[in-house]
Amino acid sequence: MLGRVRRALADVPHDETPYEEAVPREYLREHGERSVEETVDLLAENLADYRAVVHRCTSGELAAQIGRLLTARGSKTVLVPPGADAQWLAGTDAERVPDRAESTPHELDQVDSVVTGCAVAVAETGTIVLDGSPDQGRRRITLVPDHHICVVRVPEQVVSSVPQALERLDPARPLTWISGPSATSDIELDRVEGVHGPRTLEVVLVSDQPSADVNS
Amino acid sequence: MSGTFEGMPAFPKAAHEAVGNQTLRGNLRHATHTIRAKRAKAVAEVSDWAVLREAGKRIKDHTLRHLDQYLEQLEESVTAAGGTVHWAADADEANRIVARLVKETGESEVVKVKSMATQEIGLNEALEAEGIRAYETDLAELIVQLGKDRPSHILVPAIHRNRGEIRDIFEREMSEWGRPAPEGLTDTPAELAEAARLHLREKFLRAKVGISGANFMVAETGTLVVVESEGNGRMCLTLPETLISVVGIEKIVPTWRDLEVFLQTLPRSSTAERMNPYTSMWTGTTDGDGPQNFHLVLLDNGRTDTLADEVGRQALRCIRCSACLNVCPVYERAGGHAYGSVYPGPIGAILSPQLRGTASEIDASLPYASSLCGACYEVCPVAIDIPEVLVHLRERVVEGGQVVREGNKVVLQPAKGHAAERAAMRAARWAFTHPGALRTGQRLASRTRRLHPRTLPGPGKAWSGSRDLPAVPAEPFRDWWQRTNGGKGGAK
Repeated sequence: MLGRVRRALADVPHDETPYEEAVPREYLREHGERSVEETVDLLAENLADYRAVVHRCTSGELAAQIGRLLTARGSKTVLVPPGADAQWLAGTDAERVPDRAESTPHELDQVDSVVTGCAVAVAETGTIVLDGSPDQGRRRITLVPDHHICVVRVPEQVVSSVPQALERLDPARPLTWISGPSATSDIELDRVEGVHGPRTLEVVLVSDQPSADVNS
Repeated sequence: MSGTFEGMPAFPKAAHEAVGNQTLRGNLRHATHTIRAKRAKAVAEVSDWAVLREAGKRIKDHTLRHLDQYLEQLEESVTAAGGTVHWAADADEANRIVARLVKETGESEVVKVKSMATQEIGLNEALEAEGIRAYETDLAELIVQLGKDRPSHILVPAIHRNRGEIRDIFEREMSEWGRPAPEGLTDTPAELAEAARLHLREKFLRAKVGISGANFMVAETGTLVVVESEGNGRMCLTLPETLISVVGIEKIVPTWRDLEVFLQTLPRSSTAERMNPYTSMWTGTTDGDGPQNFHLVLLDNGRTDTLADEVGRQALRCIRCSACLNVCPVYERAGGHAYGSVYPGPIGAILSPQLRGTASEIDASLPYASSLCGACYEVCPVAIDIPEVLVHLRERVVEGGQVVREGNKVVLQPAKGHAAERAAMRAARWAFTHPGALRTGQRLASRTRRLHPRTLPGPGKAWSGSRDLPAVPAEPFRDWWQRTNGGKGGAK
């Protein structure tokens, strides 16, 4: 096949321009100028626009916040990745299910909710990215249960744009970019939420300091 | 390409039948108009769209120009990350490789992520012949599979079906394939999506083998990227023990950083979203997370032949967003089936005749399935000049000439059926090189103009069936010029 490729390109003049120079990258690293707070606000807005449910709290309030979300959902079991902060589940009585290699997909399907952290969140697109770190666990745990609570530390885990997110990520890790709950455009090209992935995505934006403009 | 669509009538005949179908036209009009407005809004949000588009074009052109190097680099990086790379020159070879890999696992069913490459090679049919059942898991692919139908759109293969038709297909067919549709299923999109969720759940949970394509492959890192909405992709990419990805060789990008361009342009161009709900990226295998066996099948199947065409090779920049379909006036009216290929619409009209050659009636007619309005070029996120390639392919069909097929140079004969056109062009060439004859002919035409028919007879009848013949002036232009001395003095 490589021979066919080379023969097909026989007409193309030889060009040894290094790749960094061959493609001009004049596009923007981010769109618009925003303060750190505004970037976090934009993340919240775009997450909500694609039907993720956004909550804000301080780190001191996090356990109670997660506890309330699990209670409101009526969750009896909650899956946690191995490196989850013990504090996350300090405010709930739901039974903890560990993320173990030997769990079958059927077992995961019986779990009500999952709570994870994230690697980075992208404000302009309303996206959270998971990279399989210990506080995020295997890819399947955020896929099979129907309710995902994702904890995002703001502002340190938030970037403005897709280019900035890629800079922070390690391609060697398995990555999952999530923008809102599962959806489809397959019926008459209109977006409908809720197909195979979690149908409810709740994102908790946690800051160390009490925020001056808490939205919720 | 596969034989699935061969034996199709040429585009004009298939399109003629399709435009008579009122339901189809209504469905297509509704869907394409919905997405057109949304896409324009999503693109307008990004102030540097034109620069991103240019960067996307340059990245792809550079990759194609050095495709051999990047393929070698990709093979090395995928292998180093724990994957196994296979090379398939054509559809048959790719199907044989996949069937063998599935059999080696001892399984007789697979779950599939929507993939144009596996549609193109007819993988499902090939696996069926080997006793392996392939379950499509994308909602639209599921609708097509259950309805024993053909895909009619790159992104939404069931775009020709409205909600009522989808409900009927689910109610009638789901029980044949597994869990039946819920009782009392209505045609609301949310209920239909729920029915698909329930139907496919068990298949995902028990699947041992997943089959996918990929939107991008990063040569530098060996990373594959699948962009999707529903989560069926994530199911197939992470729950099975074995993952087989069949990917066209043109899907490579050189570096990790290149994704920053396409992850901005692809979602906005295809589903008109800032970002699609789920994007999965994986590099080989990861201990304890996801499939422990990963096979990448690199597919040629006409791509190197396309690469050999200096004008036509730009079609290989395509990232399968389908913006050109959604904006095309011909596609909107004729629908995807008339194109006789898994790649319909403007991109299909230049891709199919290059991947498959122009030997069949349908492929020879595809370069004509356009009004050359240029809307497709305008919306293309990698700036493929589709009208330019269409005209180039028309020339090839009419004139013949040298092309590359299956890696070999061959000379095409001029196509049949263009005899009248060629005769007219020869006559025009003669007339324009014989000024005396031209003058006599023009004067004769002017004097007899009241006797001219309104439509052409014989083979010209079809042409004038939908066009007015140009009116001949009372006096030829050159006579007028001489008589009035170039119009000076206001003489008429």
